[in-house]
Order: sequence, then structure tokens, then C-alpha cells
Amino acid sequence: MSAREQNIAAASQALAETSRVKPAEIVFWLAALASFFLLPEQHLLLSEVLITGLFALSLDLVLGYGGIVSLGHAAFFGFGCYAAGLATKHGVTDPLLGLALVAVLTGALGFATSFLVLRGSDLTRIMVTLSVGVLMGELANRMAWLTGGADGLQGVAPGLLLGRFEFDIFGQVAYAYTLCVAFVLFVLARRFVHSPFGWSVRAVKENALRTSAIGIPVNRRLVVVYTLAAAYAGIAGGLLTQTTQFASLDLFSFHRSADLLLILIIGGTGYLYGGLIGALVFKLIQDAIANVTPQYWEFWIGLLLVSFVLIGRERIVGLPGLVWRRLRGRA
Amino acid sequence: MRAALETRHLVRRFGGLVATNDVSITLAPGARHALIGPNGAGKTTLINLLTGVLTPSSGTISLHGVDISAASRSRRVALGLVRTFQINQLFPGFTPLQTVGLAVSRRLGLDRHMFRRIGSDRRVVEGSVDVLERFDLMSVMNRPTASLPYGKQRLLEIAVAIACGPRVLLLDEPAAGVPEGERGEIMDGLAALPADVTVLLIEHDMDLVFRFADRISVLVAGGLLLEGSPAEVAEDPRVRAVYLGDAGHG
Repeated sequence: MSAREQNIAAASQALAETSRVKPAEIVFWLAALASFFLLPEQHLLLSEVLITGLFALSLDLVLGYGGIVSLGHAAFFGFGCYAAGLATKHGVTDPLLGLALVAVLTGALGFATSFLVLRGSDLTRIMVTLSVGVLMGELANRMAWLTGGADGLQGVAPGLLLGRFEFDIFGQVAYAYTLCVAFVLFVLARRFVHSPFGWSVRAVKENALRTSAIGIPVNRRLVVVYTLAAAYAGIAGGLLTQTTQFASLDLFSFHRSADLLLILIIGGTGYLYGGLIGALVFKLIQDAIANVTPQYWEFWIGLLLVSFVLIGRERIVGLPGLVWRRLRGRA
Repeated sequence: MRAALETRHLVRRFGGLVATNDVSITLAPGARHALIGPNGAGKTTLINLLTGVLTPSSGTISLHGVDISAASRSRRVALGLVRTFQINQLFPGFTPLQTVGLAVSRRLGLDRHMFRRIGSDRRVVEGSVDVLERFDLMSVMNRPTASLPYGKQRLLEIAVAIACGPRVLLLDEPAAGVPEGERGEIMDGLAALPADVTVLLIEHDMDLVFRFADRISVLVAGGLLLEGSPAEVAEDPRVRAVYLGDAGHG
């Protein structure tokens, strides 16, 4: 083989390497599948964790890949919740059809508001996204004739899944459904971030000036990724309404958007598992602390956040590995 | 023969300040043209006008006969006018291969694909390897850009521009900040530029300018002082006055 052919083979392999499925990923999804069979009492909780994880993944598309700081991502989640609930109440009872509708509607909302996000710097974006979130929440509150206002949207009764499976009170069908939807969306997102388009979005975050200098239209890329992330957040919201058969104004609240950033800080940004792992860890920590000191769990979450920022996530996550290497080195 | 890049009576005012004053430059296809001038002569303004960061107050810019005075930045890149930056503008977290791969994908019109893996098209891999080999970057192609020696980063800056497939390349001080020991690499990189690409070099390093360029334009206070061969420019007493006399040189 000539030197050039060798170089081409090496380059081809290196480019393929970034998107290769790693053993840890297979383990992750096998564990998710196993949880369905091994933890039947936890299905409701696991559904909630997975939905939060999917929601966090959607924020990661915007933040970790596109570099847009958003404090109002709950707007899309909440909108998706209500859209799914209203669609079900007004005749679209098929869950999958409902989700598809929600994705389109939330995507449209994301597209419409993306132009606000293109303006200004990080601080402006934080304020603009925050305002969109507040606006959406207040709209849902004022349009009580449609949304039920402060009482929440009640009596959401989704039809049979695939025309066969009824959502049971133990959350068995709900978890299986959530797991499948999350997996499919994850695979699609994974393909997206490893595509040339996905790389160009990452490039915008790395250096917008250079990205435009190689001829890539920066703003158009951000509009697309923002729209896509909104649709993902909407689907996550839709899943929540369909599986809990309820939607409330709390879904739009600021602490949801803030918790979501926390989850990404715990799980890490710019890689798709960050949101899923972050959501699980966040939930476990929340439960563990709430068991010990029910009143003060937010204090401990706060302390944890501060230590994450001060010590650095890499060092905390890397600690077990470091200890292991030290121990092995001594033995 | 049609000019590769041509400006006619280009003017740019900032309030009362005339940063670019009636500049007309013509670059023949394949030219190695250098633009020199002391600090504040308007070199950066001129490059910003050419690339579309600024719009001219009056005058026109044309690329291979097409008027691009009002074209957007990405449109100019698509038409084949590409630049490098005086201060590195790279993707610190990408490897050189990924950086060049993205630029080649864009050139081939594959950058909008959302569900195909980057590099699944063989042309992208081949195009990337062509560029990396040309600028001697194969050995570092899988290292994060931020970890590369400065000279290699400067080379990558040029490599990315070439990966875009330019017909006209604007090099903005390619040797800026490069330590003495790595200058040879930059010289080699410039020598490795494809012959059919027209190059406009903006540079402070006179050694590099005189080795590289076959035409030199001297810009002073926003206007063209003179244009000529390296020998003519070196001999000209006005240039000497500008560089060694009152105006100084940074």
C-alpha cells in the first residue's frame, strides 16, 4: 500500500472512530432494558427519570453542541405537556400520533423563538429565554378555559398504545413506551451530532468567526438546532403528560429550567449521555437527601453544585478511577 | 485575461476618517501579490472590505469578473474568496483532521447532511488527506488543535482555508507571532500553496514578503503609495522613508 493510501485509510478510520459505538454505550442501554425487568416497582420513577433525561438531552443539543445558554427551556417542555394533553382531550388519542403532532407544534414554537436567541450575547440569551419561559407559563395560566389554569389539565386519557396496550397504573406500559421513544430519539440525535451538520453546529460553538469564514451560515445552523431541541423537549413533555395523564403550570416554572442546567452540570455537556446520566444521578441524590433531611434537601443540592463547580466535574467523576489506579500501583 | 481579484476606487470612511482611500488593485490569476504598509495604513480595513465584514462607502470589488461588493460573507466563500486570520481562528477542541474534514464537506456541499456520518463519503477523506499532506500536518491530524505547537496552528489556519477550495486566498500575516525556529515551516507552507490559487499576502515580515511575492503594493494612510516588483519596491526612496523614516514600523 502506498503512503497516500495508508494516510487515507488512517484518516478514514480516525473519522469513523468518533462515532463508533463504544462498549460502555451498549452496557448503558442493556442496563436500561434490564431495569424494565428487574425493577418493576420503580417503573413510574424510572419513566420520570428517563423523561427528564430526554429533556436534558434536548437542552444539551442547544447548550453543549450549539453553545446557546438557555434558562427557559422549560417553555418547550411545558408547551409539549399541554399540547399532548389537549391533543388527547380533543380527539387525537393515539399516543404516537399525539407525540408526532407535539413534535411538530413545539418545533414550530422553537423555530419562531429561535430568532430572538440569535440576537445578542450570552446574557441577552439568558434573559430572552427566561422571558419566553415566563410568558408561556403566564399564557397557560390566563387561558384557563383551555388549559384548566391553576387546577392543571385533568382527565387526559390517552388511547391504547399501538392499538393494543393500555397504560396501567403501575407504569409498566408507560415505562416500556418511554424507553422505546427515548431510545429512538437518542439514536437519531446520535446520528445527528456525528453528521457533517452536527459537526458544523459544534464548530459554531468552538469558533463562530471561523465557521462563517469556511462558508457555513452560522445563524441558520443555530436556528435548525434550536428548533430540533425544542421538538425534543416537546416530545419529552408530551411523554410526561401521556404517562401521568396530567399537566400543571408547574411544568413551565423557572426551577425546571434551572434544575435542568444542574443536571447537565452533573452529567456533563457536549455528549449525549450527559443528560441521561445527570438526570439519574440528580434523582438518586434528590431521593437520598430527601430521605435524610426532607426539609433541607435543596441546601445539600446547592452545596453539591458549589463543590462540582469548585472541584470540577472531571475530578469528581474521575475520582474512583484515580483511587483504583493508586491502589493497583501500590499492590 | 480577466483579473482574479480587482478593486476599483475602493473607499471606506469611518465618520471623518478615511481608512481606505481610492484603492485600486488588480491581481492576475495565480499571482503572488503582497500588501505591505506601516501600522494604521488600512490593511485590516481593506481585508475586511474584501471579505465582506465591512461594506465599502464607494467603489467596487470583483472576483473573476463577478461584482461581489454587496455579497454576503458566506457567498464570497462559495465564490472562492477565502481568508486566513492574523490571530488564529481555529476550533480548539477539534483535531486538524476534523477541522479540515468539515471544510472539505462544506466545499463538496455535504455539510447539510444530518444523518450521514462525517467522512462516510470517500471524497471528504481524500480531500482532507490532500490538504493535510500538503501542509505537513498528517503527523498531528488526530491531536486536539489547542495542544499543537503554535507554528502548526498557523499552518492549520492556512490549511483550513485551502480546504475550502479557494480561487483567491487572502493571507493575513501568516507568520505573526511564530517563533524563529518554526518560521521555516510557515515558509514551506506558503511554498506549498497550489500554483493556480491567487494569493494576496498581508505581512509585516519583509523577509517573507520579498521571498514570496512577485508583486508588491504599498499602502500608506489608507491609499496606495506604489505598486511594483519586489526590486522596484525595495529601491523606492518613498518606501524607505515610510519604513525607516518618520512613519516608523511596528
